[in-house]
Amino acid sequence: MPETALVREQMRRSLVIARKDIRIYYSKGPVIIFGVLFPVFLFLSFTIGRHLSVDFMIPGLLGMVLFFTATSISPIVVPWEAQAKTLERLMSCPVRIETIIVGDILASFAFGLGISLVPIILGLFLGITVASPLIFAIAVILAALCFASLGPVFSIPPTNLPATINMIASVVKFPVVFISGIFIPLDELPAWGQAVAYISPLTYFTDIARYSIQGRGHLPVAVDLLALLAFTSLFLVVALKLHQKTMPRRI
Amino acid sequence: MNNDVAIQVANLSKYYGQLLAVDHISFTVGRGELFGFLGPNGAGKTTTVRMLTGVVIADEGSASILEYKAGSLKAKQVTGVVPEMANAYADLSGWDNLMLMAELYGIPASVARERGISLMQEMGLYPRKHSLVKTYSKGMKQRLILCMALVSDPEVLFLDEPTSGLDVQSARLIKDLLQSLNAKGKTIFLTTHDMDEANQLCDRVAIIDKGNIVAIDAPEKLRMATSGMHSVEVSFDNMVSPEVLANIPGVNAVKKLGDKYRLYTANPGELVVSLANYSSSHGLKVISLNILVPSLEDAFVALTEKETEHA
Ligand SMILES: Nc1ncnc2c1ncn2[C@@H]1O[C@H](COP(=O)(O)OP(=O)(O)OP(=O)(O)O)[C@@H](O)[C@H]1O
Ligand SMILES: [Mg+2]
Repeated sequence: MPETALVREQMRRSLVIARKDIRIYYSKGPVIIFGVLFPVFLFLSFTIGRHLSVDFMIPGLLGMVLFFTATSISPIVVPWEAQAKTLERLMSCPVRIETIIVGDILASFAFGLGISLVPIILGLFLGITVASPLIFAIAVILAALCFASLGPVFSIPPTNLPATINMIASVVKFPVVFISGIFIPLDELPAWGQAVAYISPLTYFTDIARYSIQGRGHLPVAVDLLALLAFTSLFLVVALKLHQKTMPRRI
Repeated sequence: MNNDVAIQVANLSKYYGQLLAVDHISFTVGRGELFGFLGPNGAGKTTTVRMLTGVVIADEGSASILEYKAGSLKAKQVTGVVPEMANAYADLSGWDNLMLMAELYGIPASVARERGISLMQEMGLYPRKHSLVKTYSKGMKQRLILCMALVSDPEVLFLDEPTSGLDVQSARLIKDLLQSLNAKGKTIFLTTHDMDEANQLCDRVAIIDKGNIVAIDAPEKLRMATSGMHSVEVSFDNMVSPEVLANIPGVNAVKKLGDKYRLYTANPGELVVSLANYSSSHGLKVISLNILVPSLEDAFVALTEKETEHA
């Protein structure tokens, strides 16, 4: 079979795996409710009483919801399947390890995208306007893909305890929301704060969201998009390469 | 290239840290063969199956399935697997698990549905096909795993202790299915601890111990080759002293068991003739005479114990 046909076939199987993930891991009431409520409460706990404008709040809230939901389940799917003894059967199917990971990423991408509609619709109700809908849409999609690709990076260590992986993920995720211009805009950060912010992919999405909704961002839109693209590629390469090494060690 | 070879293994090895779990094993399984893989706990059976099904990566050596490199997509595409400890997705129904597998093997939906129905009927799962797997009993789960392995109609089937812990009916159902698949020409690689099962089902068995293959042959030949284990049990109408019996040519040892004697020999056929001659020339009447052949289990114990002594 020529390589392109093979890749297409594996992509189809990734979609099958993504659909399986959504049915088993994502379409549960508590997962969805927690996925929305947790970032919302976390966000409110840092913004309430600060008399911030809706235009300022919605980009931050959106960034936070997208980041948390797209990285909520994807880190624990692989260790969970290893622990539940479903992984060996999956790995003996004619799918590459990359195909499995891409499937997990696609599921988390769809979940993040779906849930991010909640703050967007909420914002529209509250009267925000999106200046350039196309750029905004591209940014949301790209960011969802970027954060979804980050999820499996957390699950590279071949432990089969989902709780351990969750801990690793939390240790990274919580600091990230504080350095990404969500609660304090980049403009108001000192130079060292801005330097730290640039290592977080969430910074670039929040910046585009502010550009689209508040009408001004800190960085040029092209820089934000390129940075998101670069982070996405980095996460994808790392996750796909390293899971190849560690997944057989889970069995 | 040989069209008669289904599984070819050469020097396959796997280390877990310092432990050499599988030690440079080589063997060939013919197309259409039902091949048994026996060995004590920890011998390396599951590790071998995992290398052959591409779940675990071998450290040395090579293996191929129908001439495709083991672990490659093509090899996996023609292989069905029942892993030793595998679960279906508990939150999906039996039917959805089955269709998921079919999709992952790229089986067209209509073909998958047809096969799914007939497999589930055959395995007695059809009435419960829409129940979630978490409500299935152990035997039902195992039968479902077997259906999942078969929905792609694989040419080569790997089963790692498929009947362990099942009741007689479930085990029988699975064994019957394996026999009928084998009759249709499928190659089956079966790991088991059940000597009767291996004896009934397998064309050939390999015995692996501490990562090494210590014997490969037809079960009957393995039994026969277990030297010193053959014996003849005989009783006469009159007392005969054991010393006299021990002097009959071909008798290696004599053991008195109540009113019978057990005579150990390398050649039971000849011994029976000698016994008949002895009794007629001494005016004795043989009341009973039994030839005892070693079971596959005796062969297994003898082969794996010998290994232990060497180690
Ligand atoms: N993931 C692993 N990590 C470390 N050691 C392992 C691992 N899997 C197997 N082993 C070791 O490799 C050896 C062979 O194990 P394997 O599971 O292949 O045996 P087996 O023949 O299938 O035994 P059983 O009859 O109990 O199923 C054992 O000593 C086992 O402890
Ligand atoms: Mg085993």
